[in-house]
Amino acid sequence: MKFLSELTKGIIKDNPIFVLVLGVCPTLAVSTSVKNAIGMGFAATFVLVCSNMIISLIKGFTPPKIRIPVYIVVIASFVSIVDMMMAAYIPDLHKNLGLFIPLIVVNCIILGRAEAFASKNNLINSLADGVGMGLGFTLALMVIATIREILGAGTWLGIPVIPASFEFKPILVAILAPGAFITLGFLMALVNLIKERK
Amino acid sequence: MGYVGEIFVMAMTAIFINNFVLAKFLGLCPYLGVSKKLDSAFGMGMAVIFVMTLASAITFLIRSYLLLEYELGYLQTIAFILTIAALVQFVEMVIQKNAPALYKSLGVFLPLITTNCAVLGVAILNTEAKLSSGSDYRFIDAVLNGFFSGIGFTVVLLAMAGIRERLELVDIPKSMRGMPIALILAGIMALAFYGFMGFKI
Repeated sequence: MKFLSELTKGIIKDNPIFVLVLGVCPTLAVSTSVKNAIGMGFAATFVLVCSNMIISLIKGFTPPKIRIPVYIVVIASFVSIVDMMMAAYIPDLHKNLGLFIPLIVVNCIILGRAEAFASKNNLINSLADGVGMGLGFTLALMVIATIREILGAGTWLGIPVIPASFEFKPILVAILAPGAFITLGFLMALVNLIKERK
Repeated sequence: MGYVGEIFVMAMTAIFINNFVLAKFLGLCPYLGVSKKLDSAFGMGMAVIFVMTLASAITFLIRSYLLLEYELGYLQTIAFILTIAALVQFVEMVIQKNAPALYKSLGVFLPLITTNCAVLGVAILNTEAKLSSGSDYRFIDAVLNGFFSGIGFTVVLLAMAGIRERLELVDIPKSMRGMPIALILAGIMALAFYGFMGFKI
């Protein structure tokens, strides 16, 4: 029962982006298209799940004073693995995400979950927490990317979705930097509005 | 173009044309988190300039004399983040011991800087960046780029803090208060900074 609630809380109730407001930098930078969003989401989820599991396993013998450097080394190792794997197998996506793959190291979601959850809970719950938070992050990225890609390019995952008869002119600013800030701003306001109504 | 010209191009690019926060999306957490008051924004900005300059210098040395020398390029991410974490801790201890007054104004911001992606970002970008003449960065270029990027961060952080201080007096719809309005403000600022993009130096 606990397993299920740990798994689902990250998706809506404690969504890392809309509710906890963590990891804003990669969110805004890679949500220009749905493809990039999925790639980034899964890369971060992999790192989150693996580092959560390792940190939960070593929590018994990590000296509390140097726990943060220890967490950072664990996270940085998995980020290097993801970086090299993506460069080898999906070079196009790796090139699009560029700098933001090594920057997963300083993504506050991952260090935040290590400190707040994995260092206090057992392996199974930490695994569930990592999967849930990772999926919540991926879903939020996809929501933002969907809005930006449809408005800015008229496509979804590269497929044209707006009928040609509509004579839709893409709003280029949506996939540029200002569009990212404004889209996330309105989405957060919407989340607040829904919470108020409840 | 002489070297002074190169430096000028680098400074303008880092501060206005390709601003770290508004065009590259680096360092957004402190940009949104510490921009409620001008005083604390100024303290944060100074701390970031200081750490970014130092981190650019040290990561450059580590990369050229350790990682490339012994063919350990794949350890770059781990080496850089550990260097930055140790550096921030060290700077904090030195300032606390030797300049208590400075520590009082900057101290609270220093631990936050370790997870500021702008610092790791500038260290990684320095390894890939090229001068406008096409050659790789040398030591002095990397240090200057770190310094100018820090200034670029501070300029937009101060502008944002100035606007948000005035925003306190404005009647905003309840669901827009706090983070949403800050993000929309940032969007409008980014739009304004797009005006600099047309400049070709």
